[in-house]
Amino acid sequence: MIDIAGVTRSFGERRVLDDVSFTVEGGRMTGFVGGNGAGKTTTMRIILGVLSADAGTVSLDGATLTPADRARFGYMPEERGLYPKMQVLEQLVYLGRLHGMSAAAAKKSAGDLIERLGLGERGTDTLESLSLGNQQRAQIAAALVHEPSALVLDEPFSGLDPMAVEVVLAVLRDYAAQGVPVLFSSHQLDIVERLCDDVVVIGDGRILASGSREGLRAQHAGSSFELELEGPAADAGWVRDQPGIEVTTLDGGFARFDAPDAAAAQAVLARAVQQSAPGTSVRRFAPITPSLAQIFKEVVR
Amino acid sequence: MTAPLTTQSSRSASRPIGGAQGAWLVAEREITTRLRSKAFLISTGILLLVVLGGVVISGLISQSGGFGSPTQVATVAGSSSAQGDALESAGFDVTEASDRAEAEQLVRDGDVEAAIVPGGDTPLDLTVVALESAPSDLVQALSAAPAVELLEPLGTNPLLAYIIAFAFGTIFYTTALTFGTTIAQSVVEEKQTRIVEILLATVSARTMLAGKIVGNSILALGTVIAILALASVGMLATGQDLLLGELGTSLIWFGILFSFGFVLLAAMYATAAALVSRQEDIGSVTSPVMMLVMIPFFAIIFFNDNPQALGIMSYIPFSAPNAMPMRLYLGIAEWWEPILSLGILVATIAVVIWIGSRIYSNSILRTGVRVKLRDAMKD
Repeated sequence: MIDIAGVTRSFGERRVLDDVSFTVEGGRMTGFVGGNGAGKTTTMRIILGVLSADAGTVSLDGATLTPADRARFGYMPEERGLYPKMQVLEQLVYLGRLHGMSAAAAKKSAGDLIERLGLGERGTDTLESLSLGNQQRAQIAAALVHEPSALVLDEPFSGLDPMAVEVVLAVLRDYAAQGVPVLFSSHQLDIVERLCDDVVVIGDGRILASGSREGLRAQHAGSSFELELEGPAADAGWVRDQPGIEVTTLDGGFARFDAPDAAAAQAVLARAVQQSAPGTSVRRFAPITPSLAQIFKEVVR
Repeated sequence: MTAPLTTQSSRSASRPIGGAQGAWLVAEREITTRLRSKAFLISTGILLLVVLGGVVISGLISQSGGFGSPTQVATVAGSSSAQGDALESAGFDVTEASDRAEAEQLVRDGDVEAAIVPGGDTPLDLTVVALESAPSDLVQALSAAPAVELLEPLGTNPLLAYIIAFAFGTIFYTTALTFGTTIAQSVVEEKQTRIVEILLATVSARTMLAGKIVGNSILALGTVIAILALASVGMLATGQDLLLGELGTSLIWFGILFSFGFVLLAAMYATAAALVSRQEDIGSVTSPVMMLVMIPFFAIIFFNDNPQALGIMSYIPFSAPNAMPMRLYLGIAEWWEPILSLGILVATIAVVIWIGSRIYSNSILRTGVRVKLRDAMKD
């Protein structure tokens, strides 16, 4: 578990991080979302020790991070870069060895990753001769080659086509499944929503929300529900007459409504099940959970 | 989330590496990248060819006349055997001919350069017969000349001193400039492609700087050794072993001072380059360092016969690699002088690397506009 506690950083007069605290749990994928200039990259650089914090600590499993811990992290910076004129395989081996792997172990790991990420025949090509998407895959391989003990990835999916996104996703999930904490930032909220277990929202240098994806959704769910009835004569018009219920949308057997409390919502369901016209059944009854995009808009506002 | 982490640490093959090991890995990459670059191989090949060509040509010049092989002279038998002995002891290669006709024939055939026959209009009563022009050394040997006494004789040939000054200067200048630019480009490449951020997450900026300096210094020194070895072999093969013997100590000190001098320049090049983020800006930011390479180059050529200027230059770290071997060749340096000069050089390197690594660490992550030197020095 990586624990970021009270991290503050200023560039000159401008405070870019203000008392940033959150945790990245081992074995879970944590999405880090925020607008441009919100402080995502600065936070990641501080976790990796590329930048130093003015105040606050970053710790791993309760102990303050040391350079030795950090050397075992996998990092993919926002500003992409590998040596343009060096062969892909060769630079992966080089990076693996800089992380302290033996030449043989680095070679094996690099070869496996290249295969896994679909760069099989490109291993001996120079980086500059690859397409942008393949350069991106090589970049991800560079973050993973030393079998890191934690992953910090800044926008790992930007520039990837949908197929590549799936490939990379699968690789990252594997890492998380091994118990590695994975933190990644993204502008693509749909990907974050689909992929991550935990979400951290940052805005203007402050953490606006953090927690598990479900927890956040429940927290921002409010008290809206949807009821969908099925049948030739399905009509949900009666929901309007329920005490305390305020219907926002009504369309044949479909109704969306706000309930003052859980009991009132439960009453709607009970009536739907018991008193529906013959041939009508309840197809769906559920609280409306906001999408991550909606939550994001809400907390950033 | 508690249990998996222990298994994780045993699974991970990576471990933190020491500074020296990291620096060596960086150095190794610098060297292999350079050795694989066609441009580098071709330019080094051309440089070596030029050196070899220079040695061979100077060998040919010295053989075809002047101080190379002895001038061949024919004398007519019976004219005066004492004359022949005197010529032979003066370093001429004397061939006996039976009469004037035979001597002339030898000259025409090119077996000898000139013949000395009895008779003539001058009181000397001798005539030098030659094809197009009489060998001046022979005429001089036969002429009556006043005695000359030099109060401060030069131990060495001034023309040769000039050539050697030029050679030391050129080797230092070319190599320092080539590899200085290389190290600057490699620093900016990492900054421009942002790979530096990945590298810095693994090794410290100081380690990277050290690796770059070590790698490029090895390359530069390797090139210089190749040049010197080729020149030595060339000199031996073309019969200039006399010159090689005289150069011995100077060559060794040139090698030592060059390697330290290059480390100094490499540190300055790397530091300067860390201030900019684009290849186009390298020229402007490294020009002050280039001056420090160029000024000693011209100074050594202009002042190769000025012992006082050479004395001062042999203690200035930037010109010491040229000036100290020059003084050793001229025999005007005490045995301890190169050691003292080396000491000054090493102290300068320590100071420059201390300042340089600070500037390098502070500016390597700042991309965009050129970092001001004052900002880079601040913490």
